[in-house]
Amino acid sequence: MSATIYIPCDSSALSLGAERVYQAISNEAASRGVDLRIIRNGSRGLYWLEPLVEVATPDGRTAYGPVQVRDVPSLFDASFWNGGDHLLRLGLTEEIPYLKNQERLTFVRVGVTDPLSLEDYLTHDGYRGLRRALELNPEAIVKEVTDSGLRGRGGAAFPTGIKWNTVLKAPADQKYVVCNADEGDSGTFSDRMIMEGDPFVLIEGMTIAGLAVGATQGYIYLRVEYPHAHRNLNAAIEAAYDAGYLGRDILGSEKTFDLEVRLGAGAYVCGEETSLLESLEGKRGLVRFKPPLPAIQGLFGQPTIINNVISLASVPIILDRGAEFYRDFGMGRSRGTLPIQLAGNVKRTGLIEKAFGITLRELLYDYGGGSASGRTIRAVQVGGPLGAYLPESQFDVPLDYEAYAAIWAVLGHGGIVAFDDRVNMARMARYAMEFCAIESCGKCTPCRIGSTRGVEVIDKIIARREHAENMALLRDLCDTMLNTSLCALGGMTPYPVLSALNHFPEDFGAIRAEAA
Amino acid sequence: MTASPWNRDHIRDIVRGSKERPGALLVVLHAVQDQLGYIPPESVPLIADELNLSRAEVHGVVSFYHYFRDTPPGRHTIHLCRAESCQAMNGGELEEHAKKRLRIDYHETTEDGAFTLEPVYCLGNCACSPALMVDQEIFGHVTPERFDEILEETRSTS
Repeated sequence: MSATIYIPCDSSALSLGAERVYQAISNEAASRGVDLRIIRNGSRGLYWLEPLVEVATPDGRTAYGPVQVRDVPSLFDASFWNGGDHLLRLGLTEEIPYLKNQERLTFVRVGVTDPLSLEDYLTHDGYRGLRRALELNPEAIVKEVTDSGLRGRGGAAFPTGIKWNTVLKAPADQKYVVCNADEGDSGTFSDRMIMEGDPFVLIEGMTIAGLAVGATQGYIYLRVEYPHAHRNLNAAIEAAYDAGYLGRDILGSEKTFDLEVRLGAGAYVCGEETSLLESLEGKRGLVRFKPPLPAIQGLFGQPTIINNVISLASVPIILDRGAEFYRDFGMGRSRGTLPIQLAGNVKRTGLIEKAFGITLRELLYDYGGGSASGRTIRAVQVGGPLGAYLPESQFDVPLDYEAYAAIWAVLGHGGIVAFDDRVNMARMARYAMEFCAIESCGKCTPCRIGSTRGVEVIDKIIARREHAENMALLRDLCDTMLNTSLCALGGMTPYPVLSALNHFPEDFGAIRAEAA
Repeated sequence: MTASPWNRDHIRDIVRGSKERPGALLVVLHAVQDQLGYIPPESVPLIADELNLSRAEVHGVVSFYHYFRDTPPGRHTIHLCRAESCQAMNGGELEEHAKKRLRIDYHETTEDGAFTLEPVYCLGNCACSPALMVDQEIFGHVTPERFDEILEETRSTS
């Protein structure tokens, strides 16, 4: 009678030793004659507990963590495979408050299933969305997505249904669905977790998108820095082809959808949609002017849906449960849920999928448990390297696209990076300019030149050379980059820089203004 | 160093394996670098010829992307993350330690040819900062002490 245990193959879990734990448990089981069935699942996203080992018991999945190789003998002594008591035993996984208090719509299967088992996917409501989509006409599929209120989860937050409708209405004999899997923002890993932990949901979402607009070819543009995601995606795509969920005549529908992964090559700017399309076409990732929109003239000049991983991965549940179900979550014009990624100097880092409306303070302290270092959290960058740094006074603004925009902050892809009071905000502002200079595609002057000058001006400020003049010059430079750059790389680099200047002036040698 | 006739055919084979795909150049360059560890400058005219592109276009793509390299790497490549989350968890201290320990700067290879050090901007391991990747293996919560351990482990298994 074999026991089933789960050891993650998620790359962050691996980075903390999960593969060695797997080997140690396999070896110990063999030497003790314990019959174990080991499933390599995705991560539950409770990263302070990884490597997290789960055991299937009659009461449900029971968790042990964080498990290291040295803990394995004592775990076996305690008959952990039967849910036996042990110092590392955490109880039922889904009762852990951090996980229990989430609203997992997109991440419902991550950590639960075997990511490479199509059978497991189908048992857990997989491909119900596609089956429903096959019964609808294209306009009806698009309407469902529009009515759900889904907005681009990559960060631009453009209404997904409107984008799909534009592609549907554009006449062409070849259309494409492109998935932007170049998750380049520091502090973000939700795309990675889906591709490693539930790749079928992305495949299903892209297939539905193809049906919605008449696109027969899909590409997943994956950053080269995600080798595990690459392996899992390729394996899942092959399994989907074998079972008739991809290729010609999907599930006997006579519809075609082909899908392949294409690797990026270490360029942050290729996360910008037009730069990505250039890269897919085998060129330098230069940004294109818009109009024309990719929806009308995209990949190889054809109408193209280009969406983020989470946007596409949210489509199956919308088709399965209906637009109203998804729309019911959230606030204002931010409908549905956001898989928030809590990172940086936080005690309990992880993936928190919640309806829009939760505050940063709740995330940092109720979920996160405060800083990892034990020191005060002084600044938090939300929305990636092009997002503003928030001071403590802004921690109560609800996570909502419009609410963040109103305070000149960026919700973006939902990444949160916390810094403690040792952070030097002038250095972080300098890094923002430096990163822009390194990653600039070079096409427009404000970004290409402005970023390099920005580093130089901040260096002078830090050295207190002609301080007042350079402070004014830095703001002027930010104004130029903000208003005249071709894309968000140059255009939003001023967000972290200005937020650092405005909220942490003392780090620049300036006097903090009296509060009004 | 000129490519021998044997190398030229090898590269032509690699290129021909992928060149029919739409937008093939990045696929081709990845295939070449996967096999050879880098993209030899001498291969650029060959690749251009096979894909009916100019040498400037191919050179332009190789030089645009940080991941593509035109010199051979060491036996192992260490990609050290410089991005914000890793910085928030003492990544700067790790960076200084790595450079001192290896006695090289970014984009350089140790004298014994064992390690090449490269910066990377995000491995998606931000919940376990600071992070680095050695070849294709990712490590999290890397302290200077852990860095030294990783070097030793890598040396002993190669």
